Amino acid sequence: MASTFDTVANIIAETCDIPRDTITPDSHAIDDLGIDSLDFLDIAFAIDKAFGIKLPLEQWTQEVNEGKATTEEYFVLKNLCARIDGLVAAKTA
Amino acid sequence: MRLEYFQMIDRFVEINTGERKIKAICKVPTESPIFEGHFPGFALMPGVLLIECMAQTTGWMVSVLTGFTGLPLLVGVKNAKIRNIVLPGTELTFEGEIIHEGSGYAMAKCKGMSQDGPICDADLAFRLAPYPGPEFRTAMVEMGKKVGIKVPEPAK
Repeated sequence: MASTFDTVANIIAETCDIPRDTITPDSHAIDDLGIDSLDFLDIAFAIDKAFGIKLPLEQWTQEVNEGKATTEEYFVLKNLCARIDGLVAAKTA
Repeated sequence: MRLEYFQMIDRFVEINTGERKIKAICKVPTESPIFEGHFPGFALMPGVLLIECMAQTTGWMVSVLTGFTGLPLLVGVKNAKIRNIVLPGTELTFEGEIIHEGSGYAMAKCKGMSQDGPICDADLAFRLAPYPGPEFRTAMVEMGKKVGIKVPEPAK
């Protein structure tokens, strides 16, 4: 069974045509991989489908805009994967 | 349809919120300034306006499903196909489905048909943007009512 990171990395590679081997757990989706907000919608759609969750993008965006969170907390892939795992766990609890 | 005003939908004839499906009827006008250029002597409904028809059909469904909490902005069109020409006076039917409601965005599919068969189809992406003001939401609600959209009562 693929790890959360492998699934997310494969989604990013396929959606944004980014070489899979350049995507690491420490990659920042925006700053390192150059993914813009529009491409991230496609990634969010694929993640929502793959994990059966709904990434709270509106809440995250609001928190970043209000200075309550940094983009690293949501868009560094290891952090994104941890949040996905949390959402999956909450769904199955 | 009033092409030059981007009023593409004549009326919605089916809205199924459970299945997240919607069906619209749109009759292409026999005359429009747009046909003077597209094309001189051979009037055809522009393909980009067929895309707009699909965007408006599914965009209204996003508004219904989200309770008119924001403006669905078209941000993506994929796999768009224009399968046949459309002449002035043709009655078109558009069938749309919201295939995913994300946080602040929605993904949809839509297809258009005439009595002669398939006309167009596409996958569409919407981002939900804040209304510029309460007056704008009111105007959208009123516009929706005119084409058969049932607007939910605002939360008290």
